[in-house]
Amino acid sequence: MIELTLALGIGFLVGSGIWLLQRPRTYQVIVGLSLISYGVNLFIFSMSRLRSNVPPVVSSGAINPADYADPLPQALVLTAIVIGFATTALFLVVLLVSRGLTGSDHVDGREPN
Amino acid sequence: MEWKSHLLIVPILLPMMTGALLLLFDERRHALKATLSVIATVSLLVVAFVLLSFADSGEPDAARTGVYLLGNWSAPFGIVLVLDRLSALMLVLTGTLALASLTFSLARWDRIGPHYHTLFQLLLMGLNGAFLTGDLFNLFVFFEVLLAASYGLVLHGSGIQRVRAGLHYIAINLAASLLFLIGVSLIYGVTGTLNMADLAVRIPAVAAGDQPLLLAGAAVLGVAFLVKAGIYPLGFWLPTAYTAAAAPVAGIFAILSKVGIYILFRLSLLLFGVDAGASAGFGELWLFVAGIATVAFASAGVLASQGMARLAGFYVLVSSGTLLSAIGLASVEVTSGALYYMVSSTMALSAFFLLVELLDRAQDPAADVLAVTMEAYGDDPEVEDVVEDAGLVIPGTISILGLCFVACAILLAGLPPLSGFIGKFAMLDAIIGSDKPVLDVSLFGWIFTAALIGSGLAAMIAMVRAGIRTFWAPIEGTVPRIRLVEITPVAGLLLLCAAMTVGGGPVLRYMDATARAMHAPRVYIEEVLSAAPIPPPAAEGSQP
Repeated sequence: MIELTLALGIGFLVGSGIWLLQRPRTYQVIVGLSLISYGVNLFIFSMSRLRSNVPPVVSSGAINPADYADPLPQALVLTAIVIGFATTALFLVVLLVSRGLTGSDHVDGREPN
Repeated sequence: MEWKSHLLIVPILLPMMTGALLLLFDERRHALKATLSVIATVSLLVVAFVLLSFADSGEPDAARTGVYLLGNWSAPFGIVLVLDRLSALMLVLTGTLALASLTFSLARWDRIGPHYHTLFQLLLMGLNGAFLTGDLFNLFVFFEVLLAASYGLVLHGSGIQRVRAGLHYIAINLAASLLFLIGVSLIYGVTGTLNMADLAVRIPAVAAGDQPLLLAGAAVLGVAFLVKAGIYPLGFWLPTAYTAAAAPVAGIFAILSKVGIYILFRLSLLLFGVDAGASAGFGELWLFVAGIATVAFASAGVLASQGMARLAGFYVLVSSGTLLSAIGLASVEVTSGALYYMVSSTMALSAFFLLVELLDRAQDPAADVLAVTMEAYGDDPEVEDVVEDAGLVIPGTISILGLCFVACAILLAGLPPLSGFIGKFAMLDAIIGSDKPVLDVSLFGWIFTAALIGSGLAAMIAMVRAGIRTFWAPIEGTVPRIRLVEITPVAGLLLLCAAMTVGGGPVLRYMDATARAMHAPRVYIEEVLSAAPIPPPAAEGSQP
């Protein structure tokens, strides 16, 4: 059940994001990119398999790896979040510059005739 | 621990530290900033050459691989930097283009906007990191570093045209980065590793039920690289972005599209080479078809271009497409020719991007009205004003520019005697060489041959037309004012291409060894996985 919920959640986020990405206004594009990146982050996270109540950090001594969650995707998600956040912020600046220079928030910098 | 083994990390650390250091100085001290930047770039080139000689020092048939364990964890667990002939070659190419573009920008471009040198150094850091890393996720990180720097550089100089092209460039690359992440995480989910060498070991052992998921991951990852290489139908953004970028920026961007090609080369041969079991040869047909489609589309684009910068932008696509279809052919001889072609065409393109700006100064502004796409240059009065006092009139300027233009045309069209011809000839010889019976040449071989020759013809026609319009058509030709630091890098790059022609034997021998090592990656895998961490220093008490 949790798998279905997560899959639907990722699909909904990425689907909405892709639709917004196709829109002509820069603001819609940036929101679309953010939504897709949320979906992708969840997707990376799900690659460690969905398990609850298992510790991610291996303790010392003889252990069975099957008792633990995979910590690596969590580290990857963290990196992806940081990088995604930084590039989105950068894109936002360019978007504002474009708005200021062209006087239009269309992605082509001018209104379609 | 010998100091030489630490040289491997210098191509990443040096630009990073220089970039950070340059941030500390005020923009008004641009002479100091430029000096530091040039010193760092020259040292980078020297280090790249040392690494190249290290990678090439083994016996001709054995691949010499240098492995640097970051954090001193052994390979599949920690992250590694790996140096082999291919990455050393890319490092040298990066260093060469960087030095040329940087020298060119010293004339005026580095003062037109803030933080040019910092962004430039960070771009170099990202490029070198992407070439050296042996780990898929670190590849993503270095890609983001180089892209973030390139976003800044593509906007350098500002202006409506640049911001508009930059907006598209950034949006497309952000979307491609997300595809990159999906691909990487799918591959991790199936195999449980991100180390390239470890992946190559594990892929043949993937269970049959998981294999479709693995291939889907590899395909999504591949699409991300294809976007960055500008492959049809994912590359419509590239000519516009490269045309809009400032000349020295476009000069270094010539290698940016080759990063995607480099990764596709490396991964398709390492992960899906002959040893990959059920997954062997995955994607070769797709790469070939996409490459040929790109060459066809870009040749039409080259013919249709009005402005010379746009022509160069489309030629970047021709070069990418040719290399991609060469990857698809997956033969050692073709790969070796393709590597030679890559070096030659990248240097020629970089020189051409720089040259175009100089030639545009000679253009009569009224002549541009006829050229539809040249509106790009007209609406930027600030830049035009600067051009007026750009430098002294050197005697014989037009003939020097003309010579450089002819050399570029010969290189891009692949005519003898320069190195463009040798690269194309090496690839053609591998397919339809005299030792091969005509009937044995496959259909793909013939298609590739036709694409190679056809794209050369298109480049030739377009260059001749552009040359006539620039040098012969103007009745009252204005002699452009050009500085020595602007023409030197152009001439230097072209002379290097000429040197590659004269020294064609040794260069091709190197490419041959590289191609053979790429097609037999066992040594690479063993070296990476067996690299031993440095033992901890002995405890104080144990010393007498």
